[in-house]
Amino acid sequence: MTIKLTRAFAAGAVSVAALLAGGGAALADCGIQGAASVRILSNDFEALRLVNSTAAECASATVTVTSNATAEHKNIQVPALTANPAEYTVAMVANNSIVPLLNAGLIRPLDDLVAKYGASLQPNQLIKIDGKVMAIAFMGNGQHLFYRKDILAAAGLDVPTSYEDVLADAQIIQDKGLMQYPLAASDKPGWDLAAEFVNMYLGTGADFFVPGSAELAIDNENGMKVLATMRAMTKFMNPDYLTYDANELNKVWDAGSVALMNQWGSLAGAAIDPKTANPDVAANTGFAAAPTIGGGTIPAAALWWDGFSIAKNISDEDAAASFQAMVHAISPDMVKAHPDVATWLVAGYSPGPAAVGVIANATEGAQAYPMQPYMGLLHTALSTGLADFIAGKEDAEQALKDVKASYDASAKEAGFLN
Amino acid sequence: MPHRTFFTFIFPSILAMVLFITLPIISVAVQSMYIEHPAILTTVESCGPFGCSKQSKVDVAAMAKLKAEEPMGQFAGLSNYLNHNHLALNDLREIFSQNNSFSGIVSALMNLPFYRALAFTLTYCFVVTPLAMMLGFAIALAVNTMPKILKGPAIFVSILPMIITPLVGSLILAWMFNPAGIFGATLQWLANDPGLSLRASPVLTWIVVLVYGVWTNGPFSFVIFYAGLQTVPQDTVESARIDGASRWQITRFVIIPHLVPLATFVALVQLMDNFRVFEPIVGFSAQANATSLSWLVFNDLVSSDNPQFGSAGATSVITIIGVLILLSPVLLRTWRDFNRKVV
Repeated sequence: MTIKLTRAFAAGAVSVAALLAGGGAALADCGIQGAASVRILSNDFEALRLVNSTAAECASATVTVTSNATAEHKNIQVPALTANPAEYTVAMVANNSIVPLLNAGLIRPLDDLVAKYGASLQPNQLIKIDGKVMAIAFMGNGQHLFYRKDILAAAGLDVPTSYEDVLADAQIIQDKGLMQYPLAASDKPGWDLAAEFVNMYLGTGADFFVPGSAELAIDNENGMKVLATMRAMTKFMNPDYLTYDANELNKVWDAGSVALMNQWGSLAGAAIDPKTANPDVAANTGFAAAPTIGGGTIPAAALWWDGFSIAKNISDEDAAASFQAMVHAISPDMVKAHPDVATWLVAGYSPGPAAVGVIANATEGAQAYPMQPYMGLLHTALSTGLADFIAGKEDAEQALKDVKASYDASAKEAGFLN
Repeated sequence: MPHRTFFTFIFPSILAMVLFITLPIISVAVQSMYIEHPAILTTVESCGPFGCSKQSKVDVAAMAKLKAEEPMGQFAGLSNYLNHNHLALNDLREIFSQNNSFSGIVSALMNLPFYRALAFTLTYCFVVTPLAMMLGFAIALAVNTMPKILKGPAIFVSILPMIITPLVGSLILAWMFNPAGIFGATLQWLANDPGLSLRASPVLTWIVVLVYGVWTNGPFSFVIFYAGLQTVPQDTVESARIDGASRWQITRFVIIPHLVPLATFVALVQLMDNFRVFEPIVGFSAQANATSLSWLVFNDLVSSDNPQFGSAGATSVITIIGVLILLSPVLLRTWRDFNRKVV
């Protein structure tokens, strides 16, 4: 009985909070003392916009809160935080985008602030580098399997758990005439294509680099296996597959022309939302962990976290205020009011149907996207080096050779290799 | 004019040129010979929501000290010019020793980022420049014969492609060539191939970007040639007509010779412009099939994660040398004409 009462009370509190947030003019008590300026730089997707607007509730007569949500955030964060005082006090980061900030020493350790204002944070939210808290994570993300229940049922198939099954199932779906092009992937040359390779290669469990050095190590049977799988999948894809990025994937999924694909968890909510998605497809969409590859045991997909970090080149007052505003923005109350927007890492979050895939990836042991300082160079080399291969214009050995040559040249220039 | 007066007159422009052209070029050339300091890495334990792992990390304090001592980085001579992403000397040696057939060498060269970009840049230069000049000349002739009342609107419509921002213009064309767009769908229908896609076909990508180049560069030639047409001596045209010359003969033997110096100027400017082709590659998302030297520079600098100043500098210097080589015949010709006149 008490539990029920508590729940009812919590629900009531949530709706009040939602009303306040909806009103826009709500002033929350974020505990910020004195005058301060909070300036947030973030990527541009729904969950981060929500966090930004929640942080804005901390604005008062003496505290200003501004935010800039832009897909260009990665390209402006280093120059913006290099300035003194920094242009932004808060940089929202993920596994990969925190690296340039760490390399240049532009964000401050947060241990003091966590001890003082971080009571609502959970231990697994703290991103610790060399023992120091450098960022606070609040949501998880990653690419996982989207499948069509009706198509798999019509073909008499179970949900595939490996890429080998995915290929076999695609053949069956095609043979039975259920769909002409049952597979899709974000194979657009550029960041997306490179991410596909990184995902699958992580699934093999092999290292990208010779341990302890920047020497590239993907030129092996695992790399060949990944490329062979990527090429084999294109046989079951719409001939336009070279132009599909992650956003485009959701459109073809919504059009009902794909049965199996690996897609971002942050876009899962939109795919099953009856308000925005095609109702027939949405009702038949299921999520599962990313498939394994080559007899591996872990999902072949990188795990990502999104979090915030605080700039170094700002006053301690602004840093404290920024930290408090962000802690308010990712508070358990906010998460309770918006459980379906993201796979939150915050206390008290109960996962909804859209979070199934990311959580399955995590529980089945998927690897986090590597944080090596030279990983970005490899990602760039992959994004151009694999274009000819995925278009069918060159073989896998040549593709790996091209990637290595172009990575080596840029790693030498960046001082990571001699 | 006394030297002193001449110098006073010219001094402000020389100062501006040194400040805004010479010094930046020198700085780019110097930058292109440097690479970053060797990274000082430490292996640290990093923990997050998905567990802990050993990761290497740049030692920020030690790097800051290195950078304070040598802000430019380490001197690397011509290594930025010769590495795989630029002139690729080692790859060239390998290619020529391993391949005997011409097509084998060409396809191996097209696999190197720099040569692939150079091939498209040169093709763009030498296809677009003459075609755009011809198009501009034809429009100029047509507009010139129009009745006065139509001339204004015709001129306005003809220079529209020049007014549109190149990136926007190329995006508009890219969408029209999309498989669902009007040109893309028509092409699929004409070729009877539902899989025909602009971005999947390298040949089609090249053709579309070249067509865009002619479309966007035509108006410049048109404006210059149209102005030139107003200076054609009417008495020569009239006497040619009395002698029974046809319209084509008048154009061929009176108008074209009169406009040749102008054409040299247009060719010069257009060659320089087209060698820097960049916007259509971004607008058409053509980088998988067509890249240019300017795009390589953009690609090196666009991400602030790891901006490659040395690499971008090397490509820029090579671009400048390329422009000089391209222009040298025209420059030589102008020089010779100038000398002849003096004599």
